[in-house]
Amino acid sequence: MTAAASVPPKIDRPLNVIVATDCGSTTTKAILIEKVGGEYRQTYRGEAPTTVEAPFEDVTRGVLNAIAEIEELSKRKILDGDQIITPCRDAQTGVDMYISTSSAGGGLQMMVTGVVQNMTGESAQRAALGAGAIVIDVLASNDGRLPHEKIERIRSMRPDMILMSGGTDGGAVTHVVEMAEYIAAADPRPRFGVTYKLPLIYAGNKDAQSQVKKILGDKTALEITDNIRPVLEKEYLAPARNKIHDLFLEHVMQQAPGYKKLIDMAGAPIMPTPAAVGLIMETIARREHLNLIGVDIGGATTDVFSVFDGVFNRTVSANLGMSYSISNVLAEAKLANIMRWVPFTIDEQTLRNRIKNKMIRPTTIPQTLDELQIEHAIAREALRLALIHHKSLATGLKGVQQERTISDVFEQQTSGRTLIDMRKLNLIVGSGGILSHAPRRIQSMLMMVDAYEPVGCTMLSVDSIFMMPHLGVLSTIDEKAATDVFVRDCMIYLGTCVAPIGQGKDGDTCADYAITFADGRTVKDRLFFGDLRHYPLESGAKAAMTMHPAKSIDAGAGPGAPVTREVLGGVVGVLLDGRGRPLQLPAEPSARVAALNKWFDAVDLYPKD
Amino acid sequence: MAHSYTPGLTVADRMVVRRRRLLPLPGSVLVKMGDRVRSDLAVACAELPGKVYPINLANQLSIAPDEIKDYLVKKEGDAVQKDEILAENKPLIKWFKTEIRSPVAGTIESLSEVTGQVLLREPPRVLNLLAYIDGTVVETIPRQGVVVEAHCSLVQGIFGIGGEVWGELLVAVATPDEPLEPGHLIPEMKGKIVVGGAFLPAETMAKAKELGIAGLVVGGIHDKDLRALLGYDLGVAITGTEQVGFTLILTEGFGTIPMASKTFRLLSAHTGQKASISGATQIRAGVIRPEIIIPRTGASTDLPTDFQRTGIRLGDSVRVIRDPLFGKIGEVSALPSDLASIPTESEVRVLEVTFANGARAVIPRTNIEVIEGSS
Repeated sequence: MTAAASVPPKIDRPLNVIVATDCGSTTTKAILIEKVGGEYRQTYRGEAPTTVEAPFEDVTRGVLNAIAEIEELSKRKILDGDQIITPCRDAQTGVDMYISTSSAGGGLQMMVTGVVQNMTGESAQRAALGAGAIVIDVLASNDGRLPHEKIERIRSMRPDMILMSGGTDGGAVTHVVEMAEYIAAADPRPRFGVTYKLPLIYAGNKDAQSQVKKILGDKTALEITDNIRPVLEKEYLAPARNKIHDLFLEHVMQQAPGYKKLIDMAGAPIMPTPAAVGLIMETIARREHLNLIGVDIGGATTDVFSVFDGVFNRTVSANLGMSYSISNVLAEAKLANIMRWVPFTIDEQTLRNRIKNKMIRPTTIPQTLDELQIEHAIAREALRLALIHHKSLATGLKGVQQERTISDVFEQQTSGRTLIDMRKLNLIVGSGGILSHAPRRIQSMLMMVDAYEPVGCTMLSVDSIFMMPHLGVLSTIDEKAATDVFVRDCMIYLGTCVAPIGQGKDGDTCADYAITFADGRTVKDRLFFGDLRHYPLESGAKAAMTMHPAKSIDAGAGPGAPVTREVLGGVVGVLLDGRGRPLQLPAEPSARVAALNKWFDAVDLYPKD
Repeated sequence: MAHSYTPGLTVADRMVVRRRRLLPLPGSVLVKMGDRVRSDLAVACAELPGKVYPINLANQLSIAPDEIKDYLVKKEGDAVQKDEILAENKPLIKWFKTEIRSPVAGTIESLSEVTGQVLLREPPRVLNLLAYIDGTVVETIPRQGVVVEAHCSLVQGIFGIGGEVWGELLVAVATPDEPLEPGHLIPEMKGKIVVGGAFLPAETMAKAKELGIAGLVVGGIHDKDLRALLGYDLGVAITGTEQVGFTLILTEGFGTIPMASKTFRLLSAHTGQKASISGATQIRAGVIRPEIIIPRTGASTDLPTDFQRTGIRLGDSVRVIRDPLFGKIGEVSALPSDLASIPTESEVRVLEVTFANGARAVIPRTNIEVIEGSS
């Protein structure tokens, strides 16, 4: 029964009209996708408050409300009472399929366990994160907590699900059995529903399966799957991830109000929102042969996705966000790091009070320019911190023996290095309100450039209206439809950032460059340190760029070596960043404010007062 | 566009509230339908399982895990006292004898011949769930808890810290824009709930703690004072378990912000009466607001249990909840349907608010909240 729960069904009828929803924590967003002249396009959208909580306590109410908005705008009859009309009855009635993702009610919250924290513990964490979960704790035999502290911790948490890993197949069973004993002693209870058993997936040493079954079989809804680290050198996450999806549908979602109805309404399995976004990111990277970083910065959490050399990773920074969690960005980044992006002076007390007021009234929006600039400053720090978190988890396997040759003698590196190599990065994809709805697209671009400090030539893009989750789940049913809409309606290319690596004093030469546009026009100039320059280059257009960096500066081919590259345009164009890498801002407040204003003016970032 | 609007805070003189009182794990319900209860009465109780202490006997006795049964003095399910011998070896020479004693009083819950561990569990602790408000039991949920209903006045705050407390309500300031200074607090306020005006300085917090005041209700505080009070920077607004000596409720927000006059009037009208307050706040899906519940004597009929709204209407009393006019209160005087451009260049839905002095301002709809409830 579980094997089929998350497998998308085979659809044998043509899909010409599709309605998709994403049930978020606060808003349910619906989009209508129609086949127009052989191509799929996103045509209408609607949204309504999510209705998981009292007084409605039925997620389908919000879904029907959001779809009713589409009905109103499109004049297509989609609803018949509380039912979605499927398949299409005629050109103006019904849809061929309804699909949905969900992160309502706080998403999927998991606890994971391993034996060695940075080996099986991290593998279990990667499996859970990749399946779209928020990991609320990682317990391991060597995590530094005493046994009774571990038991107390398990007891005090109310996860939706537990993933247990530990040990290689055929290795010692003691530690993993010990962890099973701790879990049994703690008798953890699920977050929702008093009467049902907590789902627990065992994906550890296969030799311990029978003992784990004996200890936890009666106390939990135990599922056993393949070991995620069958041998130390190999991570095998797919079976555990699939099992997480199955149990999410079979157990967790069944407890959430109205989800039984939602599952019946949908023509494909409901996916956790981040899992769907991850799927679409993987699809882009695979199709375009790219290394990419994707970010979805929400009100409560920030998800980071990466695909480098075909390896997919996802992390979620559960308390970094722009509304509910905005105050936590301040707590983690510290005031000075936020202030360094604010182009005016403001006293600490006022800023702190403003941030707290946004936390307690999270739906408010900046009304004045200075408020907008403060939010953009906070967003830079949230994005930066979330990437640091991602880098620490998106690593090669730790504890693995490496084969080395004599040539490695001078650059020996430990195992478990981060996979995020900014030099190899081709594309940054931004999503979430602060990036998708910035009044000027250049604001989104500069926020991501300042936070991520891309080096060499890097493309940047944003999700137009946050439809990646919908397209992720659609790609499991019809990849062409998902790709069509993604390329034409979802992804907005901002342009290319060119940033040489190295530092220098303001006014020193960074590089000489020449940009030749498609119409034959060539711009030749010198980029100085401390400069930020902007050249419009429309979406789809290309330009040839040659850069001769200064002696110690690396434009991508090594210090002082010239580079010729094709750069791609976008709604912003080409950004030449001579502010140095790593990026350094003046420490003295008035010099910092002057530098920020110079850069912001150079790219016309904000309206003039 | 979405019909969404910012739900306001309820400030109602007469309404009916129902509070679900649920145990964290199954237990027994101690009251029945129709019972009158007081805030400090236990309505349900449960036994919280005792703490677990694992001891690895195999390691401590230097034996194989599957041998532990041979060395145990006690067996699974037995009760043990603190320092009582659990297991011992039997060496030929007495000097080499090792005794493993129990670190706690409790029972032996389980033995493992795989890991060599013994799990000891302390005796269960009884948890009493109190009624929290004076009212009537209108529903019992077997083994889980009850629903208590009260005819009351209700004031919702925007943010609070600390748990449920109750006591006599006292208004210590003359006007809603007056800050609550240390001089306003006197020893007779011990165990009571004190209402201030626009601001609560750090010195007043210290004095409240010293005097043993149960709760404070004010317009605003500075974030830096909250940080000093808690000892850490609060990252997300999920509160209710803090223990700072009193429960604190903000009615307006952070900064110096006069308490809404409707709120101040209502609280002033009930000075001297008993109130139950909770600082628990959860600003996420499933919003929980801090609250002040003042039970009314003598039941009335046909009181609202909730304020169901369909949207913002002309004439609604609203509070601006974002700078530059943060904290100002006025009336909705126009609701244009078209999107309007604001100074940030965003195109948003707006409304016009007229303030008491006749001034008007155009404000994004998401930046106001309706002050809800009858008065």
